[in-house]
Amino acid sequence: MQTASMLDFLSTTVGADWRLATPLIFAATGEAICERAGVLNIGVEGIMLIGAFSGFATSHATGDLALGFGAGMAAGFLTALVFAVFAVTIKANQIVAGVAINLLGLGLTSFLFRTYFISTGRGVDIARPLNIPFLSDIPYLGPALFQQNLLVYATIPVVIAAWGVLFRTSYGLTIRAVGEHPKAVDVTGKSVALYRYSAVLIGGVLGGLGGAFLTLAHANQFVENITSGRGFIALSIVVFARWSPIGVFFVSLLFGLFYALQLQLQADPNVRVPYQALQALPYLTTIVALMLVRNRWDAPSMLGIPYWKA
Amino acid sequence: MSVPSAPILQMENISKRFGRVSANAAASIEVGEGEVFALVGENGAGKSVLMSILCGVLRPDAGRILFKGQPLKLGSPLEATRHRIGMVHQHFMLVPNLTVAENYVLGERSPFRPLGRLTEVAACIVELSRRYGLEVRPDAFVRDLSVGERQRVEILRILYQGVELVVLDEPTAVLTPGETDRLLKLLRELARDGKTVIFISHKLDEVMRVADRISVMRDGKVVFTTLTDKTNPRELARQMVGRDVRTDLPARAAAPGRVVLSVENLHCRNDLGLPAVRGASFEVRQGEIVGVAGVSGNGQSELAMALAGLIPTTEGTIKLNGEQISGLSSRAINRRPVAHVPEDCAANGVVLPLPLTENAILQSYDRAPFATLGMLNVRAIESHTQVLVDQFHVRTDGIQAPIQSLSGGNQQKFVVARELARHPDLLLINQLTRGIDIGASELVMRAVLEQRDLNKAILLISTELEELFALCDRILVIYEGRLIGELPPDRGRLEELGLLIAGEVAEAHRSQGGLTQSPNSTTAME
Repeated sequence: MQTASMLDFLSTTVGADWRLATPLIFAATGEAICERAGVLNIGVEGIMLIGAFSGFATSHATGDLALGFGAGMAAGFLTALVFAVFAVTIKANQIVAGVAINLLGLGLTSFLFRTYFISTGRGVDIARPLNIPFLSDIPYLGPALFQQNLLVYATIPVVIAAWGVLFRTSYGLTIRAVGEHPKAVDVTGKSVALYRYSAVLIGGVLGGLGGAFLTLAHANQFVENITSGRGFIALSIVVFARWSPIGVFFVSLLFGLFYALQLQLQADPNVRVPYQALQALPYLTTIVALMLVRNRWDAPSMLGIPYWKA
Repeated sequence: MSVPSAPILQMENISKRFGRVSANAAASIEVGEGEVFALVGENGAGKSVLMSILCGVLRPDAGRILFKGQPLKLGSPLEATRHRIGMVHQHFMLVPNLTVAENYVLGERSPFRPLGRLTEVAACIVELSRRYGLEVRPDAFVRDLSVGERQRVEILRILYQGVELVVLDEPTAVLTPGETDRLLKLLRELARDGKTVIFISHKLDEVMRVADRISVMRDGKVVFTTLTDKTNPRELARQMVGRDVRTDLPARAAAPGRVVLSVENLHCRNDLGLPAVRGASFEVRQGEIVGVAGVSGNGQSELAMALAGLIPTTEGTIKLNGEQISGLSSRAINRRPVAHVPEDCAANGVVLPLPLTENAILQSYDRAPFATLGMLNVRAIESHTQVLVDQFHVRTDGIQAPIQSLSGGNQQKFVVARELARHPDLLLINQLTRGIDIGASELVMRAVLEQRDLNKAILLISTELEELFALCDRILVIYEGRLIGELPPDRGRLEELGLLIAGEVAEAHRSQGGLTQSPNSTTAME
């Protein structure tokens, strides 16, 4: 390959990487906050799907993209609320509740999609790239980093804000304490349940946003199971990133890279690998990544365990 | 009945039930301002529950609390904090993955306040720690601190919050004798500063040393209140147990029989991979109790685990009834007549969420009479469990209750009961009476002596010198993984023993002539 085309390839890959990592960054950041509070929400996949569908449906009906994203986040919030009622108030097994949310998300969105949209075939206008003046004109670097849509840029402030809240505010301190030693929070008179609810709901909003990104900024359509396991990958990203939002950002980029490579290589006629094998790349990476991270030191010690007041 | 001159706190007719168990039954106490008030009682007598009610962590079913003459809103930790009542819980309320300073600001209001203030808090902690002589580093992570250090952190937190009434729940249970002395001194200092201290304990000597007044709880009621000057440990013990405690234990058995356990030049490593036991050699014979004395952390945990097959040995041999057992798995050793009461029963002796019945058969679940052809004989298991519970007066909600619902002392009694019921030739005990109360201590100590009289060989590892003196036929001293001496259980030589466990061999030697001293004390092998 010549240098120019090599650079082209790199530029496109990096650009696609960040874009494809964006839904993962949102969902995994939310999940990291949720797990820091000791709640394991494996229902992210379902929350993302519901966010993706709600965003698409709203945007489809109103033609308003912002409203679509708002609807995606609101749907994520409500779905997470259902999960929180089971996981925090009823103290149901969090895995079971999470599986239920995933099944609900897949079933409900598929049903609604088939009922109302399957015959229309009409997409929505997706979020347009926002070229940053001057910077976007830099050769190679410009198209890679500075011709993205607003939400892709938004990953940076969201991740920094999440880190700041978790590690630089007393709210975040309490969230972390709730995930480690809830009783220590309880005896100070603060409500463990309230903090857990808030963390689950933040996770839901970000999960819904990540889902809506898929239909409103990535594809212009909803298809059944459009998330295709991104929620589960977000779960493993959180582990790999050791429950840190900053870590989530970079690990997501790593996973995004495999999505991007997979697409690029599929498009390249010189690569003679069955496309199914390439599509499996992100999932294979997940397995390998989880095998590499054996040290569970950073896991919140009360992860997945409901808190019973004495 | 003694009544304080100016009561700062009155708890009246507090009642609290958990299921069928009545934890507090119309318990009342009065505490005077600026005094050290001790609340004593056996495990499960309701002391902790009463104090949790005071601090708002639990809501009582009935009763009222007056603080400085005003009724407190019940069941609200915030109310307690507002009135400057603070508690050091028995199980520390510190988040291990946070720093000391972060733990201190955890309870504060205003959730969105930025944490930039941490440096201020740290300065304040340093200042306080100097004033009270409690060394605490504000930027240390709690997970890196020892138990004694964590307790200092907890106490200083209470002082940082500026409380007027301090409750300490069994604060000395986890401390070494030296740390205990310092803590008791601190409590007096706090009282001198005008703070009121409530001190929960079942160690009567500590209570006698530090308290102004004492209330005794039994079965959820306050049965006795007195000025410390007007009572003695014997009376307190009687009030706690509800009967006379016999401190006279049966006389020692005459002659040890054949060798049951023989250890030669044993070496093993701790979990950090460092040498922990460094060449221990000794024997335990039928019908004798051999004690191992030492300050914790000198290799006795590893010694016990190596004997039980829980960690590998790196050198040396262990023989049981003449058969080489070093290198065998713990399961294989379990199949042999060895019983083991581990150091931390809650962690290593029981499976907390399982019921008593299943904990009773942890080692013998797959054998007659508890199982036939892989099927559990529920009736045999239940009757066996019931026998254990009855024999050792284990206070429980029933044999189907999860063992974690028992207090620590009752768990310990249950484990001791289970191990003794296995009719071992060799009984390994690491800490017999730690964390359990007088009545229970007396019971388990008697049971161990009975085993000796049944010609069992018993190895008793303990940090409680009193316990060793009361039970052992001879006492080995472990220091930095070596057995550095052996003493008869002669109370006159307490000082010598104290020097030995501190590693002062030469000093000990000087203080008393007749010390048998060699790096590998093998006097029993003659």
